[in-house]
Amino acid sequence: MEPLFKTVYQVAQADYTSAGRASADIKRKLKQLGVGGDVLRRVAVASYEVELNLVIHSLGGELELNVFPDAVQLVSADVGPGIPDLTMAMKEGYSTANDEARSLGFGAGMGLPNMKRNADEFNIESTVGVGTTITMRFHLT
Amino acid sequence: MEERPYHSVRLAKQLCKGCTNCLKHCPTEAIRVRGGRAHILDSLCIDCGECIRVCDYHAKVAVTDPLSMIKDYKYSIALPAPSLYGQFRGLQKPEYVVEALRCIGFSDVFEVARGADVVTRAIREKLKQPGLPKPLISSACPAVVRLIQVRFPELIENIVDIRQPMEVAATIARAEFCKANGCRPEEVGCFFITPCPAKMTVIRRPIGQKKSEVDGAISIMEIYGLLLPYVEKMMKDPNFHPSTKYGVAWSTSDGEANAVCPGNSLSVDGIDNVIRVLEEVENNKLMDLTYFEGNACMGGCVGGPLTFENNYVAKNTIRQMVKQMPEVHPDQDVPTSVLNKYPTKNDEEIEAKDAIRLDDNMQEAMRKMVRMNEIIERLPGYDCGSCGSPTCRSFAEDIVRGYCHEMDCIHIMKEKLKVMAQEMVELAQTKRE
Repeated sequence: MEPLFKTVYQVAQADYTSAGRASADIKRKLKQLGVGGDVLRRVAVASYEVELNLVIHSLGGELELNVFPDAVQLVSADVGPGIPDLTMAMKEGYSTANDEARSLGFGAGMGLPNMKRNADEFNIESTVGVGTTITMRFHLT
Repeated sequence: MEERPYHSVRLAKQLCKGCTNCLKHCPTEAIRVRGGRAHILDSLCIDCGECIRVCDYHAKVAVTDPLSMIKDYKYSIALPAPSLYGQFRGLQKPEYVVEALRCIGFSDVFEVARGADVVTRAIREKLKQPGLPKPLISSACPAVVRLIQVRFPELIENIVDIRQPMEVAATIARAEFCKANGCRPEEVGCFFITPCPAKMTVIRRPIGQKKSEVDGAISIMEIYGLLLPYVEKMMKDPNFHPSTKYGVAWSTSDGEANAVCPGNSLSVDGIDNVIRVLEEVENNKLMDLTYFEGNACMGGCVGGPLTFENNYVAKNTIRQMVKQMPEVHPDQDVPTSVLNKYPTKNDEEIEAKDAIRLDDNMQEAMRKMVRMNEIIERLPGYDCGSCGSPTCRSFAEDIVRGYCHEMDCIHIMKEKLKVMAQEMVELAQTKRE
């Protein structure tokens, strides 16, 4: 099914100065659409985490916001490097963030677990050398 | 029935030149310039007074009550905001200002700093409860509370449900005065001496309370000059029980947080900074924080648009004065009996004032947003404000809301004229057949 509303944000690798802009815009747009309460908070948290993941861990990628009559969907697709061990990556407290990211207060290893906890549906696919795609859905009811 | 909106911040039409100063500085994008003058959008204005500060033509004004209003009551009590003390350089004791207020005609004076002491205790009691939202957000700055109602409705539940110091001060002041003088409550008028328009607005349209205990607000600017000669005489009433240094420090940024929750609080001043931090609170980024104090004005209430003294100087005056005051915390100074005797809790829910959504119907809102994005693509992105909307994005929003037309953008119109001129030339060149 085609979303009623769709917008795509480009997120660059290690661009800490712009980090958070896409998720801030997503939050603003959802408020304008009348999405509120618990769903808004959960999308805000998950979109921020997924955007920061693109900045910290990926070689760059896209974050897509799709709004359906019954759900909000976030799709993050990057161009690499891919996650070798998904089970480890999903563990709380496990992080491969580099020193630069850690010096800015990131790298607590809560990103992916936080996304999974906040989304109603969570799916992650990753191929080393190709990239990672994360799809999250939040039900609007 | 919905009450008519009320705002202390108004436009003096005859002075407005229709420039873009206020338009560009309004933190909630509540101003539009249409028909050559500014208009304030009731649903978005939070009465922070930023526009008053930036208007070079003094066309933005705060409506407050005149001092003469105290004559409408048999007795009048002044409720000085502690920021009033910061107006008098080198002031050594709050008492001198209290006495000066009596000299200019008030029957009695009750310090709002004293109200802040009581509120400090009430909030500290509240903080002992388990399961509070994190962080708990201060309710003291009405501009911040209104900002949350308008822009962060998800955070309403974080706002502490304790009344403002001004309200608590009015309740106690009236009760004590009536008891001491054997008069009826309606014979007594309580007047807040205010540093800002937001307090005036909240007296007329209370938030979290059915009715304000305060009868009027008189701006610091209006009575500063009258008070000065009396303050300089340094007179004081020997029986006066002053507030604690903590209550006085509520007038400056961090004063409240330091009194209420010194261990784990954050204080932010300046409305744009407050917005930035509230975004983080909304993203659950500050869940480890217990208490959040946000002040719309730089430096706290001493930076209010209706103050006389430079906010940095005022802050220093307060700091030096507070140093000389005894080290007594409201925990020791405010008896529990006061908390039990006077109401300090809100008696109404704070409601969301949703002014952001594009349409009540979500599908329609989505259609509008798609259109809005298409329009944004065509706009130059200069954010020049010439169209009368603060940014290209808000202009696109105004178009889909039906308030203006794409041709109101002078850059688009110029392009259009160029094409038309070209067509005219082509038309002129066609040979007569």
